[in-house]
Formats: sequence, C-alpha cells, structure tokens
Amino acid sequence: MYIEKLNLINFKNYEEADLQFSPNINIFLGDNGAGKTNLLDAIHCLSLTKSAFHSNESYNIKKHERFFSLLATFRKENKALTLQYDLQSGQKKVFRCNNVPYERITDHIGKFPVVLIAPYDTDVFREGSEERRKFFDAIFSQIDSHYLLQLISYNQLLKQRNALLKQFAESGRCDDILLESYNERLLPLNASIAGLRQKYLDQYIPYFMEHYQAIAEKREAPSLQYQSTVLSNHFEDQFRKNKSKDLVLQRTTLGVHRDDVEFKIDEVALKTFASQGQQKSFLIALKLAQFDLFRSALQTTPILLMDDIFDKLDDFRIGKLIQMVQEGRFGQVFITDARPERTEYFFQQLQREMRIFTIENGNVQEK
Amino acid sequence: MQFSSRLIEEAVGEVSKLPGIGKKTALRLVLHLLKESPDKTLRLSDALTNLRTNIRYCSCCHNISDTELCDICSSPRRDKQVICVVEDTRDVMAIENTHQYHGLYHVLGGVISPIERISPADLTIDSLLERIRNEQISEVILALSPTMEGDTTAFYLTRKMKEFPIKITTIARGIPMGGELEYTDELTLGRSIQARIQYES
Ligand SMILES: Nc1ncnc2c1ncn2[C@@H]1O[C@H](COP(=O)(O)OP(=O)(O)OP(=O)(O)O)[C@@H](O)[C@H]1O
Ligand SMILES: [Mg+2]
Ligand SMILES: [Zn+2]
Repeated sequence: MYIEKLNLINFKNYEEADLQFSPNINIFLGDNGAGKTNLLDAIHCLSLTKSAFHSNESYNIKKHERFFSLLATFRKENKALTLQYDLQSGQKKVFRCNNVPYERITDHIGKFPVVLIAPYDTDVFREGSEERRKFFDAIFSQIDSHYLLQLISYNQLLKQRNALLKQFAESGRCDDILLESYNERLLPLNASIAGLRQKYLDQYIPYFMEHYQAIAEKREAPSLQYQSTVLSNHFEDQFRKNKSKDLVLQRTTLGVHRDDVEFKIDEVALKTFASQGQQKSFLIALKLAQFDLFRSALQTTPILLMDDIFDKLDDFRIGKLIQMVQEGRFGQVFITDARPERTEYFFQQLQREMRIFTIENGNVQEK
Repeated sequence: MQFSSRLIEEAVGEVSKLPGIGKKTALRLVLHLLKESPDKTLRLSDALTNLRTNIRYCSCCHNISDTELCDICSSPRRDKQVICVVEDTRDVMAIENTHQYHGLYHVLGGVISPIERISPADLTIDSLLERIRNEQISEVILALSPTMEGDTTAFYLTRKMKEFPIKITTIARGIPMGGELEYTDELTLGRSIQARIQYES
C-alpha cells in the first residue's frame, strides 16, 4: 500500500499544497520549523484519524482559519482509494473513504497502517506504565478492531465504576448489587483483553528480538515481559476482595488498566541503566517489530515515516536502516532532515527510485 | 451574533437551547414566526404552556399521559401479566407502532449512569418492583438500548427481580450495537419482540 497524492488545505502551517509521491522513497528537506514533520503528521492523520502529536484536533487547523481538509489518493492492491479528512472548528470531524463518510470512525483504523519513528518516542520507556499501555494498545487496536472495541467498552465501564465508587464513598452507602452489575461485565472484559495482549505480544516479541540483534552493536539480551495481575487464577477473587480498598481509594485498583510491559536489557530495567545507544536500538526495534506485525497481521505493507532519525541515531544504526531500505524490506518510506548534505551522503549509493522535496515555510517544491 | 433587538436576542437565546439547534437555525425559526400571522405564534406558545402545566405521568407505568391512568394501563384488551420495561416514552411509541405487543409497559425514565449522576433511585425501579410484588405478573421483558449503560441497567434489574417467580426475557437483538430502540425499523423491532429470549447474564 502507498500514498500517491496528497492535497492539504489549511493544515498546520500549510495554506495549500499538492504533492505527488514516489511509491519508494520520499525525502522532505528544509530548515527547522519549515513544516517537514507536519507533512508526516498529515499522513498519520489519514491513517489513524488523529494527529501523532496532540489530541486536540483543532490545533491542526492553520492559525486564523476555520477549517482544514486533507485529501489523498492511496493505492492498495492496485486499486485507487481516496481518503478525505475534514475538520471545521467547533464541529465533529468528517472522515470519508471514496467519498463515503464513515459511520463509525473506528471502522477506518487498521486499513491504512503507518509506522512513525519520531524523537518524542522515548516516552515509552522513560515514563510510567500508561505510556507503554498506550503504545501497545495503539498497535493491537490496528490489527484487531475487536480489541479496540473491547478497550473502549472497558474504559467506559471503568469510568462508570469509578464514579460509582466515589458516590458510595460520599454517601457512605454501598449498593452491592449495583457494584456487582459493573463487576460482572468488567471481569470477562479483563480476561479477554489480557488474553489478547498476551497473544499479540507473543507474536510481537520475536520480531522485536530479531531487529534488536540486527541493530545493536554489542551482544546483549533484551527482553519484553507482559505483566498483568489479570492472568492469575485468583484474579476474580482478588478483584472482589479489593472492594473495600476500591471504596477507600474511590477507584478500581485491579484490572488491565494497571498492566505493564517490562523492558529489560541483560535483566536490568531499561530506563534505569541502559545507555543512550541501547535505548535507541530498543526504540528502533520496537518500531520495526510494529512494522513487521502490521505487515503479517494486516497483509499489507505499512507506510514508514521516519522523522529526524539522522539527528537521533548514530552512523552505525542509520547504516543498518538504510541497508534495510536498500534491501527492499520496507514499502513506501518518508524521511525528514534539516540538513540536505547529510541525507545526500546517506542516500547517494542507493539504487532505488526516490523523490526529494524541499520545504520552506509551508511551501513545497520538488527537487 | 449581534442583534438589532433585545427581544429577538432573548427568543433566539431560548430556542437555541433546544437540542440540535444552533444560533443560526434559531434565528431563522424566530424570524419565520414573526413573518407568520400573530395567532400562529400564540397557538404555539399556548400549546407549549399547556404541555408544561398539564402534563402528567401515568401513576402505574410512568408513561406520559393526559389521565391519572394511561390508555394502555386502563385498556381491558391488554395482557396485564406482561410488562415491557423501556427507557422513555419514545420507546413505547416505537413498540406500539409494531402492533406486535399487547402487554403493559414500565417507563424507567433513563438508564443507570454514575458518571451522569443517574442512580437507581432516580429511575422508577422501586415502582416496578412494587408492581411485580402486588400484581399478577408472569413475565418482564427488558427492552433497553443495547448500549453499555442499557446492559448494566438490565443486569441490575434482573438481580433485583430474582426473588420473584417471574420469567425475565429480553428482546432478541436484531438491533444494531450502540443503536437506540427508537431508530430500529418497525419490522425488526416487531420481530425481536416476538422472538424474545430468556435473559442470561
Ligand atoms: N495550526 C497551525 N497553524 C499555523 N502554523 C502551525 C500550526 N501548527 C504548527 N504550525 C507551525 O509549523 C511549524 C512546525 O512545523 P514542523 O514541526 O513540521 O517543522 P519541521 O520542518 O519538522 O522542523 P524541525 O526540523 O525543527 O523538526 C512551526 O513553525 C509551527 O508554528
Ligand atoms: Mg520536525
Ligand atoms: Zn400506564
């Protein structure tokens, strides 16, 4: 799958732009603040119906304007498909595929997969467990829409149960039958979500290991370990036993919303001791494993977006990535760089078709 | 929006509080009324005032009614052993339109949702239990929206009714997920009421 044409109107710092892409390699060059990352985000928006950088959609509308519109032609299994994403300030977004608006936006997720490697990504091991759950939930939701729907139901039920606990705490009275009405629905969802997380991690981890070994300079043993109280045999009992604790804390203390995935290298937690280089290798391996999982589960090659990787990575790891591009491991690739001579240096030996775009203050010109 | 008259501004302000109506539409409606003959507007405002001051709810099923006991509850032709539990008046209308159901109703007035501070006490649940206790009821049909809140409410009600020797059923789900009863077409709804199934949690 690849994106053929992209038209932007009032998207971030673009007033209007028309781009035609190569199915292979596309490079965006331009100074800091020119709008390179914004173009990657436009593609991200079309894939996932939301920005990679912030959850407030109206931030994507160009300053002083009232709407934005993204229109793209994708090619998938030799068929041309148009995607259109319109947002008017103060209104709900409209997302169309071949001119037909989706009834449920979630129906779009996973149909046009992209993988983005971007600088801020280190949150996934620097921050708490929530970032890691978000990271893996985003991946699994794209390969299994059922997983996404279960997650949405779970979060909704959890919000209701927590609101209920709060009201019980305030009034000093607990309606056990009502609480049980939520438990009865949360318990099977817990089991099912944890089961799916385990299943997809089992598919994901081998890809991760393979990429880590290929990218790391030294021989070391990384590991990813799913941690969940839900998979224990006593989960249901424990969940009900925690009622009094839940009432005191006014929130649900057990469940998949507390899960984590532990990142380690040679048995040591990544965030405490790993070197910068190890963290970089870890990050790329996580992303490339996502790429491979998407390709096998969705049976379509995702688009790869690489934002400022030359800044973040050393020559050795960049070399590895370029080698993979050269070998045709990826389909369509988008790369940004603020320093043209550096990109030229890395890509001059490459025997593949590419298109280079120079960007200046929201204006695009093909080189 | 800048108005040339405070009277218009006031009217637009009130009309635009209605669901699904923005300031622009409200202004169009208000100007439309002004163009029509004065008694049309007065009839509308009379109808609304009347509705507001004289509206009553059936003392038995809580459906909107002009009388103490609604037409359905007082009809000798209805099967008084079966109660169909719904969220609001629109659901009663939708089910009545199918002509497939001849029992009574019970209008809950919503579904349980702690986030919106709607608790069982805000609904007519106690009155439903009272009816089951005091009348000869053989079956209760749960016809709530297949949303998360509707399902939780159905579960809660089943638990509360467990002590009574009645059959609890739910309408068969031809109804799309997340859809509301009101929007389901009559044929599907009629069929799902006939093909109701034993409630399982
Ligand atoms: N809604 C918006 N309206 C107008 N301009 C915006 C909007 N959102 C972002 N921008 C502008 O876009 C520019 C950033 O673009 P972008 O992040 O794509 O730059 P970049 O080319 O990737 O730069 P760098 O090399 O620093 O990563 C900023 O100047 C920012 O002010
Ligand atoms: Mg950038
Ligand atoms: Zn009645």
